[in-house]
Amino acid sequence: MTGGLLIEADGLGAVRGERILFSGLHLSLRPGEALVLRGPNGSGKSTLLRMLAGLSQPATGEVKSSGAHHWLGHRDGIKPHETPRQHLTHWARVWGSTLSPEGIAKSMGLERPMDVPGRLLSAGQRRRTALGRLLLVERPIWLLDEPFNALDAEGRDLLASLIAAQLELGGGVIAALHGDVPFGASREVVL
Amino acid sequence: MRSPAPIRAAFGQALAEAWAGGAGALLPIGFFAGAAMLVPFTVGSEANQLAAIGTGVLWVALALASLVSMERLFQADLEDGTLELWAQEACPLFLIATAKIFAHWTVSGLPLVLLTPLIGITLQLPADQLLPAMLAYGLGGLAFFSWGGVAGALAASVPRGGLLIALLALPLFVPTAIFGALAAEPGAVGPNILFLAASTLFALAVAPFAASAALRLAVD
Repeated sequence: MTGGLLIEADGLGAVRGERILFSGLHLSLRPGEALVLRGPNGSGKSTLLRMLAGLSQPATGEVKSSGAHHWLGHRDGIKPHETPRQHLTHWARVWGSTLSPEGIAKSMGLERPMDVPGRLLSAGQRRRTALGRLLLVERPIWLLDEPFNALDAEGRDLLASLIAAQLELGGGVIAALHGDVPFGASREVVL
Repeated sequence: MRSPAPIRAAFGQALAEAWAGGAGALLPIGFFAGAAMLVPFTVGSEANQLAAIGTGVLWVALALASLVSMERLFQADLEDGTLELWAQEACPLFLIATAKIFAHWTVSGLPLVLLTPLIGITLQLPADQLLPAMLAYGLGGLAFFSWGGVAGALAASVPRGGLLIALLALPLFVPTAIFGALAAEPGAVGPNILFLAASTLFALAVAPFAASAALRLAVD
């Protein structure tokens, strides 16, 4: 419907309080593309991602999306009582995934904390659990807000390879990032 | 995607969360029983007097107890990021909100209703009135939890929003409380129970949509 584009945003504007964060922003994502959102703290990267995800209404402009997306926000979405196994099983049920949540948890390096409740997991383990959600069902668009936060070197490599695999499958990724980009980014959008 | 799986999963997750909270799930029951138990000490243990005010006292206790742990119902989801995920589901948010409110009622509301005959006995209610009264409390409790859910959703982004929840929800309780008290009165069943049922149906029909609209605002 959007001519082969996964996401097309037209004339997006965002206002916070009295301040204009950005306006007239155009953005498109094609299959196999990874887009990196850049900008200092408070420049509206998260706001833009939330608009693309449909969580926030843009002040101006519109977002057209031609497929389902996975979301990874600042908050991992893991309940204090939930273990990685329970968390992935829960969302597998919601999304009708036939993959084994245990298998995904293992591939995310969560074999040992598989049955540890969320409140006792380290920030990196919680993030790995949340990243496991991306593998439960195939979705063409990934929207990631600073996904490398809290990950160790091995976790960063793991996520970089997940992103590479997603691009290979013809999916697209939009990620807000600080620092270096550990994966092959197609373009950068500076806010 | 039009399968009931997300609704069932949301229900199950809310149940698990309530039980994982330990004694938190029992708080409304303790509050309800405690408040009702205080009454004989404050108004005296004379049977006629107690029986006269017993049903009304139980309604007040039920209304207040239904709000006791409402604060965390949606706030926890907002804080840990679960609400963001639900808000992006293909499954409409009002169904998820309904599942969560219903799970909360199962854990905290149903036990209150099951407890009413026991408390009714201590308040000297006539024995043959206990079961009809329980039906009325059951219907009323559903309405209280539905409106409480709306208030909980509205206050989700407010830290320590317990008072706000009470201020928002209590006015909505009024019709249910009026018809409920009339229906639970000894020897006067008739149309009042139907009006009570109607007010509960209205709450069940409206609350999910109001709660989901409030949650969309909270997540924005």
